[in-house]
Amino acid sequence: MSSIAKKKGFGATLWDYLTTVDHKKIAILYLAAGSLFFVIGGIEAMLIRIQLAQPDNDFVSAGLFNEIITMHGTTMIFLAAMPILFGFMNAVMPLQIGARDVAFPFLNALGFWLFLFGGIFLNLSWFMGGAPDAGWTSYASLSLASPGHGIDFYALGLQISGAGTYIGGINFLVTIINMRAPGMTYMRMPLFTWTTFVASALILFAFPPLTIGLFFLIFDRMFGGNFFDHTMGGNTIIWEHLFWIFGHPEVYILILPAFGIFSEIFALFSRKRLFGYSSMVFATVLIGFLGFMVWAHHMFTVGLGPTANAIFAVATMAIAVPTGMKIFNWLLTIWGGSIKVTTPMLYALGFIPSFVAGGVTGIMQAAAPLDYQLHDSYFIVAHFHYVIVGGVVLAILAAVHLYWPLMFNQMLNETLGKWTFWFFFIGFHCTFFIQHFLGLMGMPRRVFTFGANQGWDTFNLISSAGAALMAIGVIILVINIIITVVKNVPVGNDPWEDGRTLEWAIPQPVPFYNFKQTPLVRGLDTFWIEKQEGNKEGMTYAEPVSDIHMPNNSFIPFVMTIGLFIAAFGALYNGEKDWAIPVLVLGLAITLGSMAVRSIKDDHGFHIHKEDLMNDEGGK
Amino acid sequence: MSHDAQVYVRSQTEFEYIKQKRKKDMRNQVTTFAIMIFLTLIAFTTVAAGFSVYLIVPVILLLAAIQVVLQLYYFMHMSEKNHQVAAFFLYSACLIAFTFILTFLTIIWWG
Ligand code: HEM
Ligand SMILES: [Cu+2]
Repeated sequence: MSSIAKKKGFGATLWDYLTTVDHKKIAILYLAAGSLFFVIGGIEAMLIRIQLAQPDNDFVSAGLFNEIITMHGTTMIFLAAMPILFGFMNAVMPLQIGARDVAFPFLNALGFWLFLFGGIFLNLSWFMGGAPDAGWTSYASLSLASPGHGIDFYALGLQISGAGTYIGGINFLVTIINMRAPGMTYMRMPLFTWTTFVASALILFAFPPLTIGLFFLIFDRMFGGNFFDHTMGGNTIIWEHLFWIFGHPEVYILILPAFGIFSEIFALFSRKRLFGYSSMVFATVLIGFLGFMVWAHHMFTVGLGPTANAIFAVATMAIAVPTGMKIFNWLLTIWGGSIKVTTPMLYALGFIPSFVAGGVTGIMQAAAPLDYQLHDSYFIVAHFHYVIVGGVVLAILAAVHLYWPLMFNQMLNETLGKWTFWFFFIGFHCTFFIQHFLGLMGMPRRVFTFGANQGWDTFNLISSAGAALMAIGVIILVINIIITVVKNVPVGNDPWEDGRTLEWAIPQPVPFYNFKQTPLVRGLDTFWIEKQEGNKEGMTYAEPVSDIHMPNNSFIPFVMTIGLFIAAFGALYNGEKDWAIPVLVLGLAITLGSMAVRSIKDDHGFHIHKEDLMNDEGGK
Repeated sequence: MSHDAQVYVRSQTEFEYIKQKRKKDMRNQVTTFAIMIFLTLIAFTTVAAGFSVYLIVPVILLLAAIQVVLQLYYFMHMSEKNHQVAAFFLYSACLIAFTFILTFLTIIWWG
């Protein structure tokens, strides 16, 4: 096995990606698939805004509108935001902690394929009798009554992709606990690694309730169960609890990695150590814990009673405290720094006011009596888009620019990057700021149209215009990416010149074994310390050059996933088509069979020999 | 990891220390095992003796909880070094699950 990269044909490259277990390639897969779903979700968003641009519009029908908003929310949260963040975690986290790969490379691949095929399954609903239409929250009283197969696609698709996410989360946890380089203590981990850690812990605890809820829904809809049917002794509220026990931690699974990305950016481009590092870590962990104690704030109007409402209101407001700590730490990191306003930094600067606005409306909603007024109005829509777009999406766009040179050894064009930012940022505020007022004026969320006499038309038109600006921003980004990829100018390592953490110290393109020698970490911001001491190589090593053990590629994760994908069709048509049960059994047999092959067949991987390593200049 | 093998020879004192420690561990395990059998006997006896359900259920739940802890600490080595992370995650999970159960009991089923 030679470690020197050769040009490969298309077929070989495709096979390489289908079988890869390398965290850097899986990162690219996550990024590509997540972006595809981001574009699909974005198109759905544009359809929503076109429909709502004028009163009494009939651009889409009411039923189709419900399908579009459901798929928009579900796609954006489960298939776009989370996978893209997973992509960056895969690309960056192992490099930040000085690891050669994640703890379970095979599972890493499996997690990706499960996510992808779950997402494809969900989206096939468009072509197979209609998409789900009960909202991304899919409340049981609505979803059990929904005709057709839409909700079945939702439940089965999310079950498959959820399994992938869960596997990914566990993998990251084990990696961070066990595979840190010598000297990389917990309190020296870069903030992006810390937030990956806590977000993965949230996945560990939050996904089981969703899995249970989805199984109940699958049983109720496809196999004659009655978990949520009150006429049969079930309870429809249980779905809401299960969903939000998952759902609230889920929003923190999204925002914590975003916080991590911005923490890296602020330190890097203020050319200063992150202010209050240990309080940042503390705040991250605390947010993680509190995130589990507040889910009922989504259910204030269900009638839980004043005591429960009061307890959950106070718990919710408590989360603002650690969040506020973080905001002040970022401000104090910038304060007195030698600031370089690059594209990622621009996003970070735009993030602070946007996210604070979203946090403030969150606190307003946390006041249960006020929430009776705000709930299910456009105010809620404004709130969560301020935190998700103003927080998570800005972080993703920032990270695309920040980590592009790390992942592809090319630099995105800074001028175009700034154009993207301004279009997106102005468009974002234009779209969602005004929705606060629409909410206060009484416009309910999820309505497919409104009357000309209701006084909502101007604000809705402004909102739609803003959406168009955001779309232009994204198109500029796509053009930027195409130009950069075609030009293909290598930039080498530390392209931002002020890299502080280990990932910037690695030679470019990153060798497939990451580190020829495991680095020795001598403090927070390792690479910065080495640079300050004039170390040209950027790393101190913890071991002499010796053989490296690497895992073999494997096609099994893909086959396992295909099995579940087939089984899902069997479950979907259960009781309706004769072939349903055989197909279900066949699919599960494929999955279990490939699991058996994996367990029985020994695969010891291979070694890269010391001599080959010595000759390999590490991609330069 | 390096594959240039290193051979490490234990000193006599180290050897004796480990031997003694193993002995102590063994004694602990046997004791715990005996206690667990005893607890199981109690559980069966309460049922066999035909006590009121309101006594049996809490007693069995309590005994079960004790057994889980013994199991974790003496058979799954949580009392040893380097298990802090696992312990931390376990206790966090208990705390979180406790909140859910408490809420479900109070505001769905009893309320
Ligand atoms: C200061 C922190 C926050 C507070 C106090 C807060 C509070 C709330 C409350 C009370 C609601 C329910 C409103 C209702 O439906 O009547 C809500 C909804 C929501 N929040 Fe937040 N929030 C905060 C931060 C976040 C963050 C960081 C995210 C995501 C990144 C987020 C995402 C959402 C979403 C998606 C919903 C709507 C869910 C739905 O009904 O579809 N929130 N928030
Ligand atoms: Cu929430």
